[in-house]
Amino acid sequence: MANLKELSKHAERLTGGHRLCAGCGAGAVARQTLIAAGDMPVVVVSATGCLEVSTSVFPYTSWKTPFFHSAFENSAATCSGIEAAYKSLKKQGKIKDEEIRFIAFGGDGGTYDIGLQSLSGAMERGHRMLYVCYNNEAYMNTGIQRSSATPKGASASTSPVGKVIQGKEQPKKDLTAIMVAHNIPYVAQSTIGNWNDYITKVQKALNTDGPTFINVMTPCRLGWGCKPEDSMEMVRIAVDTGIWPVYEVVDGVYKMTMKPRGGEKKPVTEFFKLQTRFKHLLKPENAELVASIQADVDAKWNKILALCGEK
Amino acid sequence: MVKTMFSKGKIVAKTGNEIMAEAMRQIAPDVVAAYPITPATEIVQIFSQFVADGKVPTEFVAVESEHSAMSATISASVAGARAMTGTSSQGFALMWEMLYIAAGLRLPIVMAEVNRALSAPINIHGDQSDTMGARDAGWIQIYSENSQEAYDNMIQAVRIAEAAKLPAMVTTDGFIISHCMEVAEVYPDADVKEFVGEYKPERALLDYKRPFTLGAIDLQDYYFEHRYQLAQAMRDSKKIILDVADEFKKKFGREYGFYEKYEMDDAEIAIVAIGSAAGTTKSVIDNLRTKGIKAGLIKIRVYRPFPAEEIAKDLANVKAVAILDRADSCSASFAPVYLDVVSALYANCGDKAPKAENYIYGLGGREIALNHIEEVFMKLDAIAKGTKKASTQVEYINVRIK
Repeated sequence: MANLKELSKHAERLTGGHRLCAGCGAGAVARQTLIAAGDMPVVVVSATGCLEVSTSVFPYTSWKTPFFHSAFENSAATCSGIEAAYKSLKKQGKIKDEEIRFIAFGGDGGTYDIGLQSLSGAMERGHRMLYVCYNNEAYMNTGIQRSSATPKGASASTSPVGKVIQGKEQPKKDLTAIMVAHNIPYVAQSTIGNWNDYITKVQKALNTDGPTFINVMTPCRLGWGCKPEDSMEMVRIAVDTGIWPVYEVVDGVYKMTMKPRGGEKKPVTEFFKLQTRFKHLLKPENAELVASIQADVDAKWNKILALCGEK
Repeated sequence: MVKTMFSKGKIVAKTGNEIMAEAMRQIAPDVVAAYPITPATEIVQIFSQFVADGKVPTEFVAVESEHSAMSATISASVAGARAMTGTSSQGFALMWEMLYIAAGLRLPIVMAEVNRALSAPINIHGDQSDTMGARDAGWIQIYSENSQEAYDNMIQAVRIAEAAKLPAMVTTDGFIISHCMEVAEVYPDADVKEFVGEYKPERALLDYKRPFTLGAIDLQDYYFEHRYQLAQAMRDSKKIILDVADEFKKKFGREYGFYEKYEMDDAEIAIVAIGSAAGTTKSVIDNLRTKGIKAGLIKIRVYRPFPAEEIAKDLANVKAVAILDRADSCSASFAPVYLDVVSALYANCGDKAPKAENYIYGLGGREIALNHIEEVFMKLDAIAKGTKKASTQVEYINVRIK
């Protein structure tokens, strides 16, 4: 487990003053990732999205480490090109024997959807890199459109609640399972509200020789419709309700790294009632829909428990 | 017949693809990221064999798509590597978004591009629709008539791109050049290496002790300036291209410019063409000259930057010119090369500009034969003599219209 006292010794590499919203989780993801890296030299790339536009408004930058962005769907390919350059230049003696780590960020839009091919390719090719998906369950940067990470029943601007449709009709894609299926050495799910779990996982990933992937649930107070000061608590409730199981898969072996607080899993409505994107689900006429979502969550939860040898 | 121009040169028989791969071996870039596509596949294939045999120090990234190929080439370049790729047609189209980014970020990437038609209908054969569509992407575009030029252009492109801080693509016509075995002169590895030199980027992402951010968002206050600088870099690259050509001639003996003039000194009628059709045109000119018809050719090598003033000057004294395009702009107006040439003529010659016609030919690899070119010259001859009027709309060669 990470130690706060130890972590505080390293210089910050994401400065304050960036333009992310109050209560946004994406800035915390970037900052905690760099804190986890300690003094290790890192090169960071990002997909187009909130994190990227808000931290690099020319001529300013929040990044005190090399940072590169080129497009939306290619964060993993971009990271792989830098890693290839590193290998080549090192092999030729053009750069000295320094260990550099490579980190790619993408939101759920840039990772689950438009960037999935690029991610899959980079993972299959075995580049030593950490890909972090800061997953806030919709395309927040363009105005809260649904993504394949948007949960069933959530209202988004392209899966709105209407007279005949009650938000997104499809359940979210299990991207973490897809990454596990790539047989890469390290895959994990975490939340940014559980700093120690997340930082520990980043450290493990950075120390892994090969491609690694972390899917970190990250609140968007604007898209989720919650108070800025409550956003970190939101993702902890996602863990408590089993909506977002927190686990890691090391060389194919699953391990649950956090349990719901209090031991027992809470009903999904505990997560829904604090966010306006789920407001409609609490109406009596949507009880059946909520029951079906609860059944989905229970089934996935039991599956993960079984994979983790907890059942 | 190709003769050695360089004392240490060696005559070989190679296809366009083989010789482009050979140039890449000699350039030995730090990173190549590429995805196969007909008719450019062999370039990547041959090059990956060089990697497998340890003949180059290159890190070869066998990406899963051309979008990722250009993305990884871009990021490798930003990292501080000399980076190259190769593609064609649909693959080139899939790179489109990244082409503009490579130029906008001012990265000296060199790409071997084999010109092929764009779908639909799907067609694997040669025309220039792919790269013509990217004429405004901010890439230097250098077209090759044959294997020799493809080889020489690749070597020069590295120097040009790195001096201009612009990406450069070197093209050949699909199958016609890419798969045609031709005699060409290659130079020893050491001489190519010396000519190309070491890549020394001003800054590199891997130089983590001097961190910088690249790819930031420009709002209304900076975007225009950066795009202006890109356009200016393209204007400035004209001198660089000529300087590199000059140095190349001194070293290896072959002369290159923005375009090649063939029998233009006293020409009364002329064709402007790009790529392999130039060879056919030269043949027709030789024949027409024996009959006393003063025909000439301007074969464009460097299409971006477009040598507008120079071409206008060289065409100023002809009476009629036909601009041959191997791409259609589907604009209800004219095709790309015509638009550039005629704009140049209008701006520089005004009323005194020669009569100009536009012909579209060879789409999807459709044959262009001697008789087709001869017919164009015969029409130009009639226009020059005042017995026929120049067409005011685009004309097509060798297509069934009805």
